[in-house]
Amino acid sequence: MLAQRLIFALLLVFVVSSAALLLARLAPGDVTAQLGPFASASEISGIRARFDLDRSPAGQWLVWLTRVVRFDFGDSFLYNRPVRGLVVRAAANTAVLAVAALALATLLGIPLGVVSGSRHSAGAALIRAVSLVCLSVPPLLTSLLLVFIAASTRWFPTGGMTSVDAIGLRSFAWLADVAAHLPLPALALALPVAATFERLQAQSMTEALHQPFTVAAMARGLSPRDVIVRHAWPVSLRPICGVYGLAIGALLSGSFVVEFVTAWPGLGRLMYEALRARDIYLVAGCAAMGGLFLAVGSVIGDLLLAAADPRVREGQAT
Amino acid sequence: MKRAGQWMLVVVALVALAAPWLAPNPPDRRFPGSLYAPPSTVRLFDGGPRAPFIYPQRLVSPLERRFEEDTSRPVSLRWFTDSRLVTVPEAGGGPLLLLGADSLGRDTFSRLVYSARTSLALALVSTLAALFVGALVGGAAGYAGGGIDHVLSRFTDFVLVLPAIYVALALRAAMPLVLPAATVFLVLTAIFALLGWPVVARGVRAIVASEREREYVVAGRALGATPWRLLGRHLLPATAGYLAAQATLLLPAFIMAEATLSYVGLGFPDTVPTWGTMLQDAANVSLLVDAPWMLAPAAAIFIVVLAVNLVVQGTGRTPVQLEP
Repeated sequence: MLAQRLIFALLLVFVVSSAALLLARLAPGDVTAQLGPFASASEISGIRARFDLDRSPAGQWLVWLTRVVRFDFGDSFLYNRPVRGLVVRAAANTAVLAVAALALATLLGIPLGVVSGSRHSAGAALIRAVSLVCLSVPPLLTSLLLVFIAASTRWFPTGGMTSVDAIGLRSFAWLADVAAHLPLPALALALPVAATFERLQAQSMTEALHQPFTVAAMARGLSPRDVIVRHAWPVSLRPICGVYGLAIGALLSGSFVVEFVTAWPGLGRLMYEALRARDIYLVAGCAAMGGLFLAVGSVIGDLLLAAADPRVREGQAT
Repeated sequence: MKRAGQWMLVVVALVALAAPWLAPNPPDRRFPGSLYAPPSTVRLFDGGPRAPFIYPQRLVSPLERRFEEDTSRPVSLRWFTDSRLVTVPEAGGGPLLLLGADSLGRDTFSRLVYSARTSLALALVSTLAALFVGALVGGAAGYAGGGIDHVLSRFTDFVLVLPAIYVALALRAAMPLVLPAATVFLVLTAIFALLGWPVVARGVRAIVASEREREYVVAGRALGATPWRLLGRHLLPATAGYLAAQATLLLPAFIMAEATLSYVGLGFPDTVPTWGTMLQDAANVSLLVDAPWMLAPAAAIFIVVLAVNLVVQGTGRTPVQLEP
């Protein structure tokens, strides 16, 4: 089971990055367009040789592969430094954003879903209405709206991961600066996912409360609170765990646009810049890292599903 | 709830269809004196000439982009002239800017209703294309079974894992960055359909594979119906409910995908009004604070997605947002 997952993960990273490399290579135009119209022929051919653009696409792919197995992902033209360091740093920034958003979505969505799925009160109806609204506001809109609110009220910085003068800050002050910049993009990313969690949790909670074992627990005289928290809730977690892997993928997708709007220096922005400039090794490096994210996400999703459902754990999965 | 969602969708569709009649100004007309002009306030009282009327706006301070209303010259709205519902001629004190003007002095409201045409048409055509290809491939795989079936499910699993917006981004970026609007429409339709069909195909395959063992299909086969007739007349109609459900997922996703791609400059060119190209004007934070009407396309997208989600919720399914 685990070996199978690892092979799938490696395959995913391999296929995604190779496809990105070939796509960027076969696209019309190449990175030498960045040199401007006055570049000399020798300059252009020098750059082409440096980025292996003088080889055939297949030849370039093979050269790239032989380097990748030694963890050398080539150089970036845009930043004029090795791709590996750039991608690792951007991926760390995206991971901070995604983990914060996932934590927010979980902490908001699941308790609210338990409440709205187990009661018929005005509060539950309100939660349902709010989450229906949040579901209809995708990350592009939430980030634009939050940036607008932040700019009008000045409660939060509107963009970037640090302030302009953060270079000179010491580690603790630097962390505080990042922490001040984090809530806005994290919330923008988390809201739709939180609403999704709330809806799924509410639905499965309602279903769990109608099952015979909860009725039996109620009949034995347990308090409604105990029935909900100790009996119905663990069972109702299964669909949530099932979509966790998907949610991580959705966070990665959503993070692109949130990073773009809020100028968060993450993987999405880097990939976008690389794609536009046809910075071929940077494209492939970003794609490899994105593939790794997805693989990790699906493994986490599987582990959670196994933790929540003994049938999956015992290998008699549905 | 469901009824409300359906009515909202009908209204949006009617607005898109009637765009040339509803828009007070041509969508690409630039009013040089009205860059970032605020919405015209339509007045009913104040003892004007014939209500409703507006006061013409005058740029008082170009540096601060401050506008003032010229209260000495009230201008009545003109109904049903120039084959428009309502307008104010530019010569006679216009333009009528119901939602203000954008960075080039174009009427936001007019652009908004014209944008509905492009954005909705693209999402609709892409959805139909994805459903068509998905139903065809899924139907064939479910009926035939075997090798195609296996390859199809592996492929679908793979597509499902990929974050759609990155694939769309990479595919679009792999083409020439500047393309004419009609080509962009085709390219985006192709990309969206490519991303959407495998998921549809998997569901259709499952339904067809289980339906083909049912008595009515066996009876049809015994009566000598060809596989294509069985598929077209009996099996695919059984998937109609599933296809409708998929459409409610794909449509909002495609509207958002267009908006995202156009917003980052990889969708339609700026000259074509779509909700995505209009949102580009909202990218400038400091200008956005003074001109919040730049967020109008965001409201339009919200209304459409909310309407679809209301319909979804009303049919007893759980609306989710996991594939942006």
